Amino acid sequence: MSLNTSDIRADFPIFRRKINNNPLIYFDNAATTQKPRQVIESIKNFYENHNANVHRAIHTLSQEATELHENARGKIAQFINSKSSEEIIFSRGTTEAINLIAYSWGLKNLKKNDEILISEMEHHSNIVPWELISKRKECIVNYARVNNDGTLNFEDFKNKISKKTKIVSISHVSNVVGIVNEIKKIGKIAHENNSLILVDGAQSVPHMKVDVRDLDIDFLAFSGHKMLGPTGIGALYCKKEHYENMDPFQGGGEMIKEVNFNMKTQKSECVWNEPPWKFEAGTPNICGSIGLMEAVKYLNQIGMDKVWNHEKKLTKYTFDRLQECKKITIHGSLDVSLKCGIIPFSFQGLSSHDVALFADNFGIMIRSGYHCAQPLHQVFNLKSSARVSFYIYNTLEEIDRFVEVLREIEHF
Amino acid sequence: MLKLSDYVARIEETCGKEKSAIVTFKYSKKTEIINKILERAQLKRSIAGIIYELSFKGKSFRLYSSGKAIFKDVKKKEILSNILKELLL
Repeated sequence: MSLNTSDIRADFPIFRRKINNNPLIYFDNAATTQKPRQVIESIKNFYENHNANVHRAIHTLSQEATELHENARGKIAQFINSKSSEEIIFSRGTTEAINLIAYSWGLKNLKKNDEILISEMEHHSNIVPWELISKRKECIVNYARVNNDGTLNFEDFKNKISKKTKIVSISHVSNVVGIVNEIKKIGKIAHENNSLILVDGAQSVPHMKVDVRDLDIDFLAFSGHKMLGPTGIGALYCKKEHYENMDPFQGGGEMIKEVNFNMKTQKSECVWNEPPWKFEAGTPNICGSIGLMEAVKYLNQIGMDKVWNHEKKLTKYTFDRLQECKKITIHGSLDVSLKCGIIPFSFQGLSSHDVALFADNFGIMIRSGYHCAQPLHQVFNLKSSARVSFYIYNTLEEIDRFVEVLREIEHF
Repeated sequence: MLKLSDYVARIEETCGKEKSAIVTFKYSKKTEIINKILERAQLKRSIAGIIYELSFKGKSFRLYSSGKAIFKDVKKKEILSNILKELLL
């Protein structure tokens, strides 16, 4: 059974919009996704009917807000098949979640000359936190190489992992080439070397069934806004056993149990809250978690298998149709079985920004530039690339229109 | 007296090795702006009134009918501002 995109599109108010007098075609889903009215309504409903700060208050509104917020944690835990909601730490998004591990786990556990293994295909958010931590802890960040087709060079990965490697931090799906990494296999090798594995799930959790227990991973970071949820909310799955090796990330608010002030010594002694709250300083993004819960419900209702198959279908169709455009080069593998719905390409004689501006003229939103993955562009020797990325509301007809527009630009 | 900010909504540097600047013009003045630029700059080629490849004082740029323009290899914002002033004011 395929997706009923007409029904789905009816849930997204933004598709009523016209851009430059054209119906909106949104192909920038790897950057962020559009929001269904169910998500928008849930946020509105929270502010109109339940708004209060969560935890530690006994009044009705606070209890309602707490229940909604903690239910959201539970729903997200189920979505990735985590053992319990206690393994879910709310964050602002993938970037903050990776930073949380780099600081909370990294500062406590990494020692001089320890190694961190990432790859050349990583988003800057999975490079920079490790580079920062490595400077403070005098560690080494190693980069597993990428093959010409954008897949991970497994031999190089195996050569670079050793008993010195303390953590492997790798994307599940590349945000540039859309290659799906074999996380189970990578995690097994990491664990054989007594290393932990953090998975950047920003481009996988929204698009496929991700099961943290089946993958046997230690950490998983992902963002709400890339899976129909609001911006400013994301989650970090953290296997419970690692909590004892992690210090708080930030201080204040929710992460505190007690601050005992000694009047004599004029010093405070702090007792941290239990995890996951130990890692959630300040008032959390309550409407964000509620919006994300609604997004998860929406995706569950469709079924992640259907989401995945739909994107595969769109990707295959785009590959086929793009063959007609002589001036286009698709980067990375053309093997749909290795990929999700992210397609980077270049247009002979035009910069990626020109292609994006041309498409924008026709109401088609695509991305251009480095996509926050400059190292991979350097590996591919690309100045930049144009990228289309799909989601549940995209259609074959939209791809037809996109190819029509590209054919127009070929005349330039 | 008209200022550049009456015509220009935003100038953004592109992401990528080639450092270009994207100029987004005020949507409400789009037609006036396009006409002014087409009058003052030299047209090299165009596609059906959608993209115009233009040159002005030795600087090549592309203007889009959606009211955006891309200026390549712009090293300094002031240089771009001066070009835009001459084109628009």
